[in-house]
Amino acid sequence: MNVSLFIPCFVDQMSPQVGLAVARVLERLGHTCEFRSGQTCCGQPSFNSGYWDEARAVAIRAISVFAGAEVVVGPSGSCVAMMRVFYPQLLKDTPHETAALDLASRTFEFGEFLVKQLGVTDVGARFPYRVTYHDGCHGLRELRVKDEPRQLLEAVRDITLVECDEPESCCGFGGLFSVKFPMISTAMAEVKGGSLARTDCDFIVSSDPSCQLQLDGWLSRNRKKPRTIHLAEVLAGFDA
Amino acid sequence: MSTKAPTTLTNASPMVFEAKLPYLAKKKFLHDAAEHVRDTGHREFVQKALGGYYKSRDVQKSRFHDWESARDAASLAKWSAVNRLDELLPRFEANFTANGGQLHWARDAEEARTIILQLVHKAKAKAIIKSKCMTSEEIHLNAALEKDGYGVVESDLGEFIQQLRGEPPYHFVFPCMHVRREEISDLFGKFLGTAPTNSPEELTMIARRHMRQLYVDADVGITGANFLVAETGQISITENEGNARLTAALPRVHISLSGIEKVIEHLDDLAVLLPMLATAGAGQQMTCYNTLYSGPRREGECDGPEEMHLVLLDNSRTAILADPEQRDSLHCIRCGACLNVCPIFKNVGGFTYGTTYQGPIGSVITPHLRGLADWNHLSGASSLCGACTDACPVRIDIHHHLLRNRRNAAQTSPSLLETIGHRLFVIVASRPWLFALGGWLFRRTLGLLKVMRLPLLRDWLATRDLPPAPRQSFRAEWAKIRKTTDSPLSK
Amino acid sequence: MERDQGLKASVRKAVQGMSARDTIMARVCEALRLPAPMPHMKSHALELSAGLNADGKSSGLTILPLEAATPWLPDGGDTPEEQLALLIDNLEKLRASVYQVPNATVAAEIILRLASERDWKQVAYHGHALVEQLLAGLPCATYRVDSGLETDTFNKATLESCDAGITACEAIVSQTGSILVSSSTCGGRSLSILPHVHIVVATHAQIVATLGDALHEAKARHNGRMPSMLSFITGPSRTGDIERILVLGAHGPKELILILLPDTGP
Repeated sequence: MNVSLFIPCFVDQMSPQVGLAVARVLERLGHTCEFRSGQTCCGQPSFNSGYWDEARAVAIRAISVFAGAEVVVGPSGSCVAMMRVFYPQLLKDTPHETAALDLASRTFEFGEFLVKQLGVTDVGARFPYRVTYHDGCHGLRELRVKDEPRQLLEAVRDITLVECDEPESCCGFGGLFSVKFPMISTAMAEVKGGSLARTDCDFIVSSDPSCQLQLDGWLSRNRKKPRTIHLAEVLAGFDA
Repeated sequence: MSTKAPTTLTNASPMVFEAKLPYLAKKKFLHDAAEHVRDTGHREFVQKALGGYYKSRDVQKSRFHDWESARDAASLAKWSAVNRLDELLPRFEANFTANGGQLHWARDAEEARTIILQLVHKAKAKAIIKSKCMTSEEIHLNAALEKDGYGVVESDLGEFIQQLRGEPPYHFVFPCMHVRREEISDLFGKFLGTAPTNSPEELTMIARRHMRQLYVDADVGITGANFLVAETGQISITENEGNARLTAALPRVHISLSGIEKVIEHLDDLAVLLPMLATAGAGQQMTCYNTLYSGPRREGECDGPEEMHLVLLDNSRTAILADPEQRDSLHCIRCGACLNVCPIFKNVGGFTYGTTYQGPIGSVITPHLRGLADWNHLSGASSLCGACTDACPVRIDIHHHLLRNRRNAAQTSPSLLETIGHRLFVIVASRPWLFALGGWLFRRTLGLLKVMRLPLLRDWLATRDLPPAPRQSFRAEWAKIRKTTDSPLSK
Repeated sequence: MERDQGLKASVRKAVQGMSARDTIMARVCEALRLPAPMPHMKSHALELSAGLNADGKSSGLTILPLEAATPWLPDGGDTPEEQLALLIDNLEKLRASVYQVPNATVAAEIILRLASERDWKQVAYHGHALVEQLLAGLPCATYRVDSGLETDTFNKATLESCDAGITACEAIVSQTGSILVSSSTCGGRSLSILPHVHIVVATHAQIVATLGDALHEAKARHNGRMPSMLSFITGPSRTGDIERILVLGAHGPKELILILLPDTGP
């Protein structure tokens, strides 16, 4: 397949290695990747703040950027949810509704794409560390992705996968919520970060770079051992 | 034994937990939230209390052959009732009055309070006993009764404790979940003169003994209602303690208060709704007492109230009804499941919301009940994790309604600063070259920006670190790789 | 849009002089002119509710009748043996006591033993064949709550001072371990809730599988004239209000005892 990479705005600017890891894994599996440089942002910050006219403008643009792509894959549960679940709602009863629904049918989150679309759980990766998985809320509840990342991790050589006591509890990022209600956001990071750190893991695997930003921010400030790593980065660590 | 004792000894009125003026609600929320999250002991205590609930809830859910389909059945039962209120309210009215019940309609809180005060006055009430009723909290009924010189005793153990503390309920199913047993022991010592004890059993027995004579002496009993059954004209009340049963059995006059949205069409809808209410709300198979009342005592029955009154309350429910997008928030059966799973609720506590209905469903409906402009911050104070929507037994689209409230607020009372910010972002996001340039500038100056303590950035940095900026963006790296080689990245 | 606003204005004007009932009903009717979408559902319910019109009004098909939803609910037991086993299990979990006895004599012995062991002074009951046969030989006083229906001798204070109350019941639900009582057939409202111990005497024939069955039967039994109170009692009274710790006997009976007799003859 020719996969059109959907690189969220802050992955582009702040964690490019995640995007590169996605491409590495897909190419290793024999697919080609393209990056349409016209893409910028999915519009989620405006959408979540209630400024839907502004979000709509960004959405319409994003849809046209990905027009004609065979399949669109992104390493972020929240951004993929924005495109797949919320674009059709945002553009309901507008001339762009059909295009939004069409794009939604071809857009996937990275882990879900590997397992459900490509039928692959073993990508030949090796990652000799103790890890736990953090379920990002958009991926979990909007896209219903829960088992797929775990199946992929279980197939990684030399990995030890453990569950924390609250895998489904929110990290507290929530986009602008993290700075509009910082005290609540931090309390949530404390609860989730604490739970994840108690597994005594080396790495916390996530499918959502925005969760990573929040968790790493708290873990680092509070001098906890683990750091986050994106699922794609784990899977891109190939065996020999 | 006087029923006035518990309430007149406290000075607090329900309004103490609410902001002095509506437009101050947001400021109070932010202040209270900040204070509350610092109280880690309290947060841990509440979290521990909920831990047992999660386990028992999961056990009960697994007894359902298909919990998800049962949720469909429950949501359909409420959807079909709420969307036919025009037909079902009159049907309920006809059947309830045929049973001998007296129905009263109240457009708003004030009218409901007036009706109840008149009924209490007409009954020449000397003692009033009450069972748990969130709608009565909504209309501040107790304060109105006390102002008129009537002592009201809350018979539900948790509500009784809250009444003595001068606090409203912390959670609509577990009113005193934040209170430790030592505090309850001190409270009972102060108001009831009992010896200190560390045993929940003994504390419960103290309340039991205190209440018994009050039930016998009361001439008016006030309850709420969980469901109004249109088919038979019965009201259904769910409880564990038996205090509502006693409140509706012994006093001469029974007054029930309910929102108009509690109607269900068929009696057998309860066969689905009652077990689900118990499971989602308390992790129980079935709540201890589920009771249907048709009206006052019938001929041939040896006891029971001589009069039964039901006050049906609108108080802006018809405004929510008129919004087809959010009409399903009226399906709420007040189980409290959404509160139990909400990380916001668990971290800020029930009082921070500053209004009767807390948690996710409270954040959805409060702007409708009390004004969007003043209360939209409740919809904003959420990461939209969606745990509430997953937990709701009647499938209310809770977290998406919070999004919709935000949209409605942005449309009716937009913030100038935010509008400019989002419009600027559209301009940048529509121009990849400008986006790339903006990103490059941000990465280059991140160190400086951190030091400058810009708003938003400084709110983040107060409690969390930010990673160092990478040298190159993804698009730059990609362009570089693609220019030098066409071969796959894996090499 | 304009027509809607005009309509709203005329409704608003009309309600100013109207009663609260008429105002609220007018608001309800006005609000429901716009249909709300059906809830988002999984496949089972969707198939069965396919008969609904788009505007949500029933097309004649009762919206998801209980029979459709019953397979998704917890088990009630398919045979009398299964139902009994499930019932006993549920009652045990609820910390209610259950005695299966061969006849009324043994049942009366149990009550006698309880009354002696616990030094009961007075036991309340109502007029019912099953109940009255249990009172044989009781050492303490008894108080019948429904003896003077003409002269209304029900006395709250007397009932409050009783140590136990004995009632019949309308049905027993194996699905939940619930006992259905009513104000017309089980001695009024207070007898089954005020005394510290509640003893229920019933026969195996009264066991039904599910809450739905019990409600269905209650409707048929009372034939349009429902008792003023019907109550499903599921275990002794309880509360978790203090630190979420379970305590029995909050306000209602601290102890619930079920005595099961064989089915009475035809």
